[in-house]
Amino acid sequence: MNISAENMDFKELNEMIKAAEGDVFISDCYGQRYIGSGLKDKVITIEGTPGNALGAYLDGAIIKVKGNVQDAVGDTMNEGKIIVYGNAGDALGYAMRGGCIYVKGDAGYRTGIHMKQYKDKKPVIVVGGKAGSFLGEYLAGGLIVVLGIGADDLPVGEFTGTGMHGGCIFIRTDKELTGLPAQVVVGIATKEDKEEMIPYLTEYCEIFGFDAEKLAADSFYVLRPNAKNPYKQLYTAN
Amino acid sequence: MREGQIRIPSGCAISGIIDKTGKRMSGEAIIKSISVMHDRSNGLGGGFAAYGIYPEYKDFYALHIFYENTGAKKSCEEFLERHFDIINLSKIPTRKVKGITDEPLIWRYFVTPFATKLADSQLDEREYMAKCVFRVNTRIQGAYVFSCGKNMGVFKAVGFPEDVGRFYRLEEYEGYCFTAHGRYPTNTPGWWGGAHPFALLDYSVVHNGEISSYDANRRAIEMYGYKCTLLTDTEVITYIIDYLHRKIGLKMEEIASVIAAPFWQTISRMEPEKQKYHEYLRNAFSAQLITGPFSIIVGFDGGIMALNDRLKLRSMVVGEKGDKVYIANEEAAIRIVEPDLDRVWAPSGGEPVIVLLNGGVNSGS
Repeated sequence: MNISAENMDFKELNEMIKAAEGDVFISDCYGQRYIGSGLKDKVITIEGTPGNALGAYLDGAIIKVKGNVQDAVGDTMNEGKIIVYGNAGDALGYAMRGGCIYVKGDAGYRTGIHMKQYKDKKPVIVVGGKAGSFLGEYLAGGLIVVLGIGADDLPVGEFTGTGMHGGCIFIRTDKELTGLPAQVVVGIATKEDKEEMIPYLTEYCEIFGFDAEKLAADSFYVLRPNAKNPYKQLYTAN
Repeated sequence: MREGQIRIPSGCAISGIIDKTGKRMSGEAIIKSISVMHDRSNGLGGGFAAYGIYPEYKDFYALHIFYENTGAKKSCEEFLERHFDIINLSKIPTRKVKGITDEPLIWRYFVTPFATKLADSQLDEREYMAKCVFRVNTRIQGAYVFSCGKNMGVFKAVGFPEDVGRFYRLEEYEGYCFTAHGRYPTNTPGWWGGAHPFALLDYSVVHNGEISSYDANRRAIEMYGYKCTLLTDTEVITYIIDYLHRKIGLKMEEIASVIAAPFWQTISRMEPEKQKYHEYLRNAFSAQLITGPFSIIVGFDGGIMALNDRLKLRSMVVGEKGDKVYIANEEAAIRIVEPDLDRVWAPSGGEPVIVLLNGGVNSGS
């Protein structure tokens, strides 16, 4: 089904998407919120700039965006895939608990804020370019990969991993990574470390046409929370 | 109920368009832009600041005034006649729009201070103007000056911004720069005078956010003779900018380093020269640091500045196409006006984007 979304209210658009039989193609999208929220099946392809909370609570559907996305994409997403051919705004994958988000370009502030994992549910975000400050803030589970493709500087901003207490962050760079909080343990990723991200890196590269093997061979930092009760005595003398 | 009587603990929308060459455009584009972000506001306020719209009166201050009744108008006009040479006055043209109700009387005056009065006051012209505006707004019951700059004007009301634009026939004005605001008041009830932009002289501010330093900022700025009558964040931000720019003489870049100052931790990692600069500004103007989430667009004579709080707790996107620069909370609000941009980016927290007429764009990235 084809929908031209110009001047369409978000409620009307979302109702049409839900009612559609089979895959949906949306053109002229200008800022409609919550597209595809909670959907289990269907493939939704979007041309234009979808609004905030794209794919919120997504539960298995696939969303592809031929352009940039705004804030809080994949908010509390449970399952499925969001593929962005441009850049993403702030709070990408906010409180995500399953599924994958692949962004070809850059992502904004607070990517992966408060993602979490449980049993087989493990959310994954791969950002091709750079990510803004507060990457993985309060990270509780899941996997974030920043590839820094085309970045001359460090591909992450300040305060990476602030409040991190679970999950894992990979950052591809040969620059020095400093200013991390004491609760985060950082090291150069070994071959064994990298195995965790290889399947996602491979899928990312298949989608956007990069060489997975070449990228995987480069130097990555791996960030994990300090397992020795990292927040002991942070707030109280316990 | 009006601003100043109650504080209810804003989601909002802001947008701005400027032509760097000073070429004028109609207000149509800014209405279109802000209307895309309709859901960010709740109908309790919308408004626009337009620069370069009164070239035929560019040497005179344009006063836009709300009156609650004809009595207030009479008292205010008596005051204006005592202090200013009024060279033109008229009702501001409006049209009936569904969704805009209870409008006050809305008048416009082009004025210049009486030379003798100005000389007697021993104030410079702009300070004289500001003092007169404060006088009207605090002493004349039912009269409220909501715009008082040269060759610019603010147009605002209670309603959704796109309705406010149509109400004021903004598409009939031509300016080189427009800013817009859709309001979702959280601390105050929403009143015509309390809608954004908030303006003093040619400075105007549209603001999205909820500053947590409000009272510290208010107490500090009131020591310099400003009176915060509205209890709105935007009012205090405007006064801080007026104080730092007009009175202290800081540049816009420096003002950004004051109000969205980097953390001490970040400063400690800077090059020595830069470190000294930021340490000085933080120490000298600590009371003007604004904390909590905000994105603002400051309009002034000859340019605009867009700025996020240092933690970037509100969104902001900048787009460029030819001589035009677009700023909005959401990229969609830019794309609706200009789908094919030369460049689009999101400035970092505390990193100002300053666009000057014929001066290009100054930004960190």
